[in-house]
Amino acid sequence: MSFAGSDVISVADFSREQILQILAAAEKAERGQLPMFKSRKVMAVLFFEPSTRTRLSFESAMQRLGGSVIGFADASNTSTKKGESLFDTIRMVENYADVLVIRHPQEGSARLAAEAASPPVINGGDGANQHPTQTFLDLFAIRKTHPLFGPAGAPPLRIGFLGDLKYGRTVHSLSIALSHFPCELVFISPPSLALPRHIKEILTDRGVPCLEGERVEQCIDSLDILYVVRLQKERFADQLEYERVRGAYVLQASMLAHVKPNLRILHPLPRVGEITTDVDRTPYAYYFAQAGLGVPVRQAILALVLGLV
Amino acid sequence: MSKKEQHTVLQVPAIEHGTVIDHIPSDATLTVVRILSDLEDLVTIGINLSSHVMGRKGVVKIANRKLSPDEVAKIALIAPRATISIIESYEVVEKYTVTPPEVVEGFVRCVNPSCITNHETVRTRFSVSKAKDGSLRLRCAYCERVYDQEEIDIV
Repeated sequence: MSFAGSDVISVADFSREQILQILAAAEKAERGQLPMFKSRKVMAVLFFEPSTRTRLSFESAMQRLGGSVIGFADASNTSTKKGESLFDTIRMVENYADVLVIRHPQEGSARLAAEAASPPVINGGDGANQHPTQTFLDLFAIRKTHPLFGPAGAPPLRIGFLGDLKYGRTVHSLSIALSHFPCELVFISPPSLALPRHIKEILTDRGVPCLEGERVEQCIDSLDILYVVRLQKERFADQLEYERVRGAYVLQASMLAHVKPNLRILHPLPRVGEITTDVDRTPYAYYFAQAGLGVPVRQAILALVLGLV
Repeated sequence: MSKKEQHTVLQVPAIEHGTVIDHIPSDATLTVVRILSDLEDLVTIGINLSSHVMGRKGVVKIANRKLSPDEVAKIALIAPRATISIIESYEVVEKYTVTPPEVVEGFVRCVNPSCITNHETVRTRFSVSKAKDGSLRLRCAYCERVYDQEEIDIV
């Protein structure tokens, strides 16, 4: 199946086979086995809102493939400031580059950019909606630590999600992507920040066993993966409620006394107190290694959409 | 249609020529009227009429006018079980149940204020699916939010 020329906008657009293709290319990238571009390729990074990790890892990925990078990391110095529409900006930039990476605060902006541009468009985050390369990175982290797509008949992985599951876009995208693979999902959040109904319905329709709870202590010992996301103070209408529940959503080393030896803790980062630093020293912490996978995964995606592999 | 239901429909006066939209959820009846354009002739509206199937329903009768395909598509989104009858000389000459379209373009506004369609000149696009209870769900092609049929805003 050829990826060349495809856009990467939403995890929902990807089949199991395409996800496996990305992960296989990421493994090659990690081993230094991806070829370099034979002709000069240019990537435009259009970052209308700040990002450090995503932008730098895309730039590093492109340069490692022998390509070059143009773009901006702050829209305040662009013609957007003069009132130019996103659609027009993309129609202009598409003439300068072979692939466009866009981060924009409005949801659906990457889809609109893809409709405006002829070259492939990669979504680097469109507001609270999608951040597909983060999801592929998360899947790659799971694949590296567990036989997620391993031998037929292997027991399904038990994957827990902890924190704000209502607004956490990484949780929505990752759970949908995981629905292609054998796994059981456990969602742990305050009731007011539970997984949205429409995501739950997609998972149920696809036959993914899902459990919901409010206390991580009740299930942590049975998990293979625990994916932690931030509980944001501003999401609570009642600040007293936030103060009351926040303690239940902070992961500490003392809670890991009886976990499975193969448990790995993931987090999209940055963390703001939801995993205490004593967890960093346990063999279960994988979040920093996870962040390091951003470059090979983005190398893989660039190589695929530009027809290099 | 049972005699009781026939009687119910006739609670809204019969029309000689035109269109009858029946089996509208009662609370969606005025929305149906709102989305119809060029209502220059007689329009009669019944709300909270008793219905064997729906409990309560709404009926709209429009004299001397047929519906455009766009209007039928819009009605199907807010009243997925509506039936439409074409009336000539007090007789029903054609009757059909609306079919919700699989994709709607241009006439539903995304109510997510952060959706790009509310910030740029973009023709909106939603995919339509049926939930287990028969109600409709609309998914914005841009921001990917999913809405129940009663949440949507038809323009």
